[in-house]
Amino acid sequence: MTAPVTGPGVSGLRSGARARRKARWTFDNISFFLVFLGLPLALFLLLVIWPFIQAVFYSFTDWGGFTQEFDIIGLANYERLLNDATFKTALGNNIKLAIVVPLVVIVVAMIFATLVTVGGRGIGQTVGVRNSGFYRVVSFFPYVIPAVVSGVIFSKVFDPSNGLLNGLLPEFLRQNWLGQVSTALPASMFVIIWGAVGFYMLLFIAAIKAIPAETFEASRLDGAGRLRTMWSITLPSIRENIQTAWIYLGIAALDAFVYMHVLNNSGGPDNTTLVMPQYLFRLAFSQNQFGYASAVGVAMAVVTLVFAGVVFTINRLTGGTTRSN
Amino acid sequence: MSAVQTDLRRRRGGRDDLGVTISSHVVLGVWSIIVVLPLVWVFMSAFKSNREIISGSPLSLPSAWGIENFVAAWVDEKLGRALLNTTIVVLCALVLVMLLGAMCAYVLARFDFFGRRAIYYMMLAGLTFPVFLAIVPLFFVLQSIGVLNTLPGLIITYVAFALPFTVFFLFAFFQGLPGEISEAASIDGAGKWRTFFQVMLPMATSGMASVAIFNFLGLWNQYLLPVALNTKRDNWVLSQAVASFVSGAGYQSQYGLLFAGVVITIVPVLVAYIFFQRQLQGSVTQGTNK
Repeated sequence: MTAPVTGPGVSGLRSGARARRKARWTFDNISFFLVFLGLPLALFLLLVIWPFIQAVFYSFTDWGGFTQEFDIIGLANYERLLNDATFKTALGNNIKLAIVVPLVVIVVAMIFATLVTVGGRGIGQTVGVRNSGFYRVVSFFPYVIPAVVSGVIFSKVFDPSNGLLNGLLPEFLRQNWLGQVSTALPASMFVIIWGAVGFYMLLFIAAIKAIPAETFEASRLDGAGRLRTMWSITLPSIRENIQTAWIYLGIAALDAFVYMHVLNNSGGPDNTTLVMPQYLFRLAFSQNQFGYASAVGVAMAVVTLVFAGVVFTINRLTGGTTRSN
Repeated sequence: MSAVQTDLRRRRGGRDDLGVTISSHVVLGVWSIIVVLPLVWVFMSAFKSNREIISGSPLSLPSAWGIENFVAAWVDEKLGRALLNTTIVVLCALVLVMLLGAMCAYVLARFDFFGRRAIYYMMLAGLTFPVFLAIVPLFFVLQSIGVLNTLPGLIITYVAFALPFTVFFLFAFFQGLPGEISEAASIDGAGKWRTFFQVMLPMATSGMASVAIFNFLGLWNQYLLPVALNTKRDNWVLSQAVASFVSGAGYQSQYGLLFAGVVITIVPVLVAYIFFQRQLQGSVTQGTNK
């Protein structure tokens, strides 16, 4: 459920709560709170929070998974993690993904959104290109295709012997796209980008449309060209949306399990497409090292939080706190 | 003089415009092809025999529009069963998470009580932590309550993991609803239950629809949870069945079957999207500009 929605934020909590009438202990009131709050919360605590807490605990043990016996071994799992070359490879791949994928998706989606909304004629009212509805609908297709199915489709598109890509390319350009070190990761990145651009394009279109048309007109009248308008008007106006997009894309790229698992089940040539979740999955379910797998999971959570922190900091350093209003 | 200049500039602007328009269409058109071409290729290959796929040109039309591949994928590979499982799981989970999410969001948004803020932050944490961290203990939690590898087990897991997102979105929505109406309802003698179901919930329909669309897509696309928690073949959901086409060694030689399976998987969602695309785009707009 990673739909990019900017949460209501904490400020909502303070202004909220309207009904402060004295609660009476009637059956209606008690049953209401038990069911309305108790039921969802019980489910959430049992299946989400409790496993998270357990995972952190198991990361300090040498639990194998099958027997009930385990010893608490302190930070040994984390020490092992620091010296684990495979983990480092996986972490490196995740970091490459978290840098390249959001960058490409945001730039491409931004360009497309600009073309669709304000790429049309330059005199008078700012309009998008004609038939933009068509491009919008088509670009969004990949988002409604499950990630696993996109992976399956592209594992065949990249197939060396009878895939679509090699079929379209002249003989001397044909490659074993997913099977060689130099192209495996870029090809996998392309699949993720293919799946994501449409959604973020739609998101940016919505954001650009929310900018008052007069702002664009004023900048045009003042003689700003298209690039200048995009750089000085559009981008600053929607930077909050870009930050949200960056965080969601980054978190998705730090996972990327589904795509990588389907495209290269084993982690690719020389582990070039191995990502942390794949490694965790392998450790937990085929090598029965649940304790160590949990440590990998905790490391993933830490990396994700650090990433979000870095994005927030960069945004703040470049002036993101001064919001347009 | 100045009139001539303006005229000149306008004409130059016109030519500029033409250039920009053409390049815009070229850029967007190329991307549309990149999006559509693999899908067209999959669609056509689904009708081809294995030999045709291996020896023929990738974009040639199939020699005959036979449906053998579809029948084989549906029956032999139990894709029909998986589609049924997915439909059951996603619909049950969707109804449950919308109901529980709306109830929880309503209480958090409109009542003040001890621990309210703590619950809110806990939901936030649940939204940001990677699902992967929880997957191993979750396996044993489900095992201990006896629902591992069952559809009900998968349903409650989906509900629990979709809950934070649902609550967040609807929290803002319920806060935005006017308080007078619920007060009027309670003065008229409606209890808390009735106020929610007959007054507040109907007012939240538009917000509910947006969240439901996102939840539907999210749950329909779910892969990690079923792959770890629902390993029994008969209970497989669609995403597992499709993934097995690739990873299973036996299917490597049956390309047509694989493509037919992919078509069966994406056509229902794609058709639904084309019908509902206005509402969906509305949801994105609503979700981002709140």
